[in-house]
Amino acid sequence: MMASLKQLAAQEEKFAGGHRGCAGCGASIIARQVLMAAENPVVVGAATGCLEVFSTIYPYSAWEVPYVHNAFENVAATMAGVESAYKALKKKGKIKKDLRFIAFGGDGGTYDIGLQALSGMIERRHRVLYVCYNNEAYMNTGIQRSSATPRGAHTTTSPAGKVIPGKLQLRKNLTEIIIAHEPAYAAQATFGYWNDLVTKVRKALAVEGPSFINIYAPCRLGWAYAPEKTVKVSKMAVETCIWPLYEYQDGQYRITVKPKEKKPITEFINSQGRFEHLFKWKDDVPIREYQEEIDFIWNRLLKRTESQ
Amino acid sequence: MIVARTGNEAMAEAMRQINPDVVAAYPITPATEVVQLFSKFVHDGDVDTEFVPAESEHSAISACVGASAAGARVMTSTASQGLALMHEILFIAAGLRVPIVICLVNRSLSSPINIHCDHSDTLASRDSGWLQIYTENAQEAYDTTIQLVKVAEQALLPGIVSTDAFIISHGMERVELVDDNEVPKFLGERKLNYSLLDVDNPVTLGALDLQDFFFEHKRSEIDAMDHVLPIIERVQKEYGDKFGRYYSTVDEYKMDDAEVVIIAMGSTGGTAKVAVERLREKGKKVGLVRARVYRPFPKDAMLKAVTKAKVIGIMDRADTLSTLGGHLYNDVRSILYDTATRPLLKNYIYGLGGRDISIEEIEAIYDELFNIKKSGKVDKNIVYYGVRGE
Ligand SMILES: Cc1ncc(C[n+]2csc(CCOP(=O)(O)OP(=O)(O)O)c2C)c(N)n1
Ligand code: SF4
Ligand SMILES: [Mg+2]
Repeated sequence: MMASLKQLAAQEEKFAGGHRGCAGCGASIIARQVLMAAENPVVVGAATGCLEVFSTIYPYSAWEVPYVHNAFENVAATMAGVESAYKALKKKGKIKKDLRFIAFGGDGGTYDIGLQALSGMIERRHRVLYVCYNNEAYMNTGIQRSSATPRGAHTTTSPAGKVIPGKLQLRKNLTEIIIAHEPAYAAQATFGYWNDLVTKVRKALAVEGPSFINIYAPCRLGWAYAPEKTVKVSKMAVETCIWPLYEYQDGQYRITVKPKEKKPITEFINSQGRFEHLFKWKDDVPIREYQEEIDFIWNRLLKRTESQ
Repeated sequence: MIVARTGNEAMAEAMRQINPDVVAAYPITPATEVVQLFSKFVHDGDVDTEFVPAESEHSAISACVGASAAGARVMTSTASQGLALMHEILFIAAGLRVPIVICLVNRSLSSPINIHCDHSDTLASRDSGWLQIYTENAQEAYDTTIQLVKVAEQALLPGIVSTDAFIISHGMERVELVDDNEVPKFLGERKLNYSLLDVDNPVTLGALDLQDFFFEHKRSEIDAMDHVLPIIERVQKEYGDKFGRYYSTVDEYKMDDAEVVIIAMGSTGGTAKVAVERLREKGKKVGLVRARVYRPFPKDAMLKAVTKAKVIGIMDRADTLSTLGGHLYNDVRSILYDTATRPLLKNYIYGLGGRDISIEEIEAIYDELFNIKKSGKVDKNIVYYGVRGE
């Protein structure tokens, strides 16, 4: 399964440059890495959101593979339809090739408005890899909170105000919700660990049923950091256990990258403007609650993997 | 083969014979039965269809869009709230030019919640770019379902064929079925200009289309609507030549010399035909026009049908809640504007939420229209017929 950079670099590009993503956009790196990992020909769908917008402004398209965009909340259902058509036409001998199907949705399109469609897609066991590129807010519409937005983060609908310092609630743990559906494969990844990401995509595309990868997607604009820091921010999310890299298959949890030393979340959040106000806040409640959430989830994950 | 079938059964039979590649659907009264019957066909191996029992109508129609874009022959079925939940995607399907056929049962939209017939559901989707054909009976629903698949695929436009809730959907009727093997022959294979599954010729479908191109693309969609009526007429004729049942975009009944005319849609057409017969026996020059194809609106055929009419009563089974009356009324009024001899018009909004309309009531409407003819004026343009307190 291990990929080498050399091998990957030798491939024909399936997600072309020259699109309109911000410099240092995590989502665009994810699209490129995921497609690079795919060994079979793929058909891609995208939900409305940054990736869809910046990659397909007519008459241009960054996608060198078949691509469909339907609406915001329905990429899972749309790709379920594409996959069903494939099954029907393959049965009739009208399609010969072995194809794979990948749906891309942002956190808004996945955690929130598209959750039902995704749940249905997995429950019906469509063989589609659903990739959530998770930049922790609705970036395309101007950085509004989503249920993936972390505690304390400033967004335009959870602003750092005088009495309320950013988002009050914790993140929804979507990966666990998906795991509760018993998909054929589920994982968390981020592009800073490209080899881990590529390996997971290959595993996900190899399994016969539905698969899901929640990919942490630092967003230089919404998170407010310098574009060249993107990969660093991605790695720091793993080192602080804000974004644990793990997978779930056949009832087994496996941590795929364990940080040598678990760093405090402040080392992650102090790199980003969206948390700036927390360091000037009258108390440490938002940061503490966020740290407690991270510790709780990480420890639970450790227990789950130890007990296996 | 002659059988006894309800409207829902007739539509399901048509779907079985069409044997679509993909059906994605979600249950809702009174269309649930279509989905149930079709599921049975799938589980009994009577069809080869990939059936997607979606978790909502929104997902059902979304899956239909994906499947059609992938080159499949695609159908679904719904009613009322289900169609309303699909609303967003109806426009997308039409804009993406993916053929899909919905076997729909007309049920009123909430609120108040109700499960019976009116046309508020499909009329709320009137401007979505879907073809709409309202049928009068189970036979027509069956025949039209088959025809619409062919029309949709040729025009690259999605379409809705509908029946009136319970009146047609659950009413048992004599239905003549085409032989099973004749239907696929009539339809032929779906021809594709492109497909999402053609990985050697990748396409991007559903790109962001801004100020510099959107208008041209929308114009070409409008153009497709402008040119679909001849396709519908051709398919109606092919079907008639093959199977002996002919349909027209506008269904005319005793219109040759009719001076007092009713225009209606759906099952009321059948009821009104009986009223026309009764009145004709009394020597009255009455006629009926049924707007069968409603979108696009068959303007020329409608004008031709009503040229000799002096007074027209337009029966709408929905209201626009705009103070301007019903949808059909507004359409007919609009096309008559440019005619030299504008007939007198009166709009009857009736039957909302499934309230029955009887032959006698329609006869009474004709009587009223005769009075208008005599007096030469319409006191009240829009009336709500058969409602308390009116
Ligand atoms: C039904 C519907 N509601 C709202 C929108 C507006 N909208 C488009 S993209 C978007 C946010 C996307 O957020 P996310 O899924 O996180 O993707 P991102 O832009 O962050 O990459 C919203 C709210 C829409 N297109 N459709
Ligand atoms: S706003 Fe964020 S997600 Fe959107 S293009 Fe810019 S960096 Fe990428
Ligand atoms: Mg987002």
